[in-house]
Parts: sequence; C-alpha cells; structure tokens
Amino acid sequence: MNSADTSKSKASGRVYVVYAVIMVLAVMQIVVAMQRGPSLVFMLLVGVLQAWLAVTYFMHLGEERPLLVLALIPYTIFVLLMMNVIWSDSFRLLRMRPH
Amino acid sequence: MGGAVSQANLAVDSHIGTMEAKPFAIPSSKLVMWLFIISDAVTFGALLFAYGYIRNASADWPTPFESSSIWNSLLMTFILVTSSLTVLIALKAAQADDRAPAFRWVIVTAVLGVLFTVLHLREWMDLIGKGVRTFHNPWGAPMFGATFFAITGLHMAHVIGGVVALIATGLIYKAGRYSAKHIEILALYWHFVDLVWMFVVPLVYLMNMKR
Repeated sequence: MNSADTSKSKASGRVYVVYAVIMVLAVMQIVVAMQRGPSLVFMLLVGVLQAWLAVTYFMHLGEERPLLVLALIPYTIFVLLMMNVIWSDSFRLLRMRPH
Repeated sequence: MGGAVSQANLAVDSHIGTMEAKPFAIPSSKLVMWLFIISDAVTFGALLFAYGYIRNASADWPTPFESSSIWNSLLMTFILVTSSLTVLIALKAAQADDRAPAFRWVIVTAVLGVLFTVLHLREWMDLIGKGVRTFHNPWGAPMFGATFFAITGLHMAHVIGGVVALIATGLIYKAGRYSAKHIEILALYWHFVDLVWMFVVPLVYLMNMKR
C-alpha cells in the first residue's frame, strides 16, 4: 500500500468517526434540552460545531485551497452576523405591544 | 518606441491560446455549487432570523412539541446524517470507477431521503390534525404555523429536489454519461441539506419543546 492509499484509507476512516461524533452531539442536544430545558446558546454552539464538522470532513472544504475558504466563509458569516440588527426591533415589539 | 511596441505585441502574442490558471483549482461546476450553497445558506439564515424575530416578539409563543416529536426529529437526524455517509460511500466508489456500487449507494441515499420526507410529512399531518394552520393554531401566537411550515417546508423541498436529482444523476451516471465529478457536486448539495437540518432541529423543535 503506497502513501496515497494510506492517506485515502485514513480519510475514509475519519468520515465514520465524524459521523459518530455528529450523531452523539445530536443526542446530547436532545438529552440536555429535555433535562435542563433548551438553552439557545448551547444549541447554537452544538449546531455550529456539527456544521463545521460536516463542511470540513463531509464536504471536504478543508482539503480545498485556502483561497476558496476565504472567498466563501467570511462573507457568509458577515451576512449572517449583520442579520442580528433585527433583535432591537423584536424586543421593541415585545415591550411596546398594546395589551 | 517601435521596439517597445513590438515587445508588447510579443508579450500579448505569447498569451494567446493559453488560459489563466483557475484561482480555486476546482471545476467551474463545483464552484457554482459552492456559490449556490452559500446563497442558500443565507436564505435559510434569513428565514431562521425571521422566525426568531417573530418568536421573540410574541409573548404567547406556543411550545407544542412533545417528547414523541422530539424523538422523531432525532430519528430524522439519524436518517439524514446516515444519508450523508452513504453518498460519501457512493462518491468513493465513483472515484474508483466502480459504477454499479456507486449507483447502488446513490439509490440508498435517495431512499433515505424519501424516508426522511415521509417522517416529516407524518409530523406535519400530526400538527395539522391538532389544528395548526399557517395563520392559526389552538395555543397562542398565530404566526407559529407560518414560520414552522415555511422553514421545514423549504427544507423538505430541498430534500425532495435532492432525491429527484440523486435518482436522475445516478441513472445517467450508470449509463456512463456522467463521471465521479457529477456525483461529487451532487454530494455537496446533499451534505448542505443535512447541514441545514442541524440548525432546524434545535431552533424549531427543541426551542419549542413542551415543558
């Protein structure tokens, strides 16, 4: 077996580990939500971790050129972060609604 | 002066017929799929933010999901993540040019997608049976149904579209007219559908769990 075959075999083995980790995280999310009640921050952190694992190891973005990662990811995160401007108006609606 | 012009002409001539190297070192079709995924991620992001906006602004937001719905969502997660694994196995077979196993695993992925859709529709029917409509429900804030059906419906539409694409691409690949590259691009899309679900479950199901 040459080094290319060894690295391919390692990569496919890693995919099964990532699959198991994603599933364990999904179960953990539900168990924690059922026992302690859902915490938005915890849920989002676990979701981001699962998404990072899927993008890196399932979609193989980690194996692409860094330039591609730079062209795709920071702008997406920036747009999603900018969407957070809505929260002030959402709280305004909650507190100023007529009862 | 004349010498300078001829030098410039020579420089231009030497580039005629050559292509600029691809900056990302991936096929254009794969880049297009990545750009689609990014724009679709922002679309789902906008929907989830809109849901968060309405949920936060509503004092009487319903929390109707009982433990049976939550375990059903875990089963759906298991099916979808497993389908991501099976499409990777199909891709590996396709890259080794093993067409029959690659086609078989693509079809297994499509079947898992159908199973996911059936479970999801069962969940929808259960909620509709309890009186949930897009702008009405028996428990509280009327927009609950609109946000739930919009987010999960868009995701389900992606799954159904993916199943159709998997079957079509699988058949064309089996016939020898598509290569492993096409399976790889479709696999990217399928993983993205899986990725979106990782945010739908906690934000839509777990945050609205009955307590």
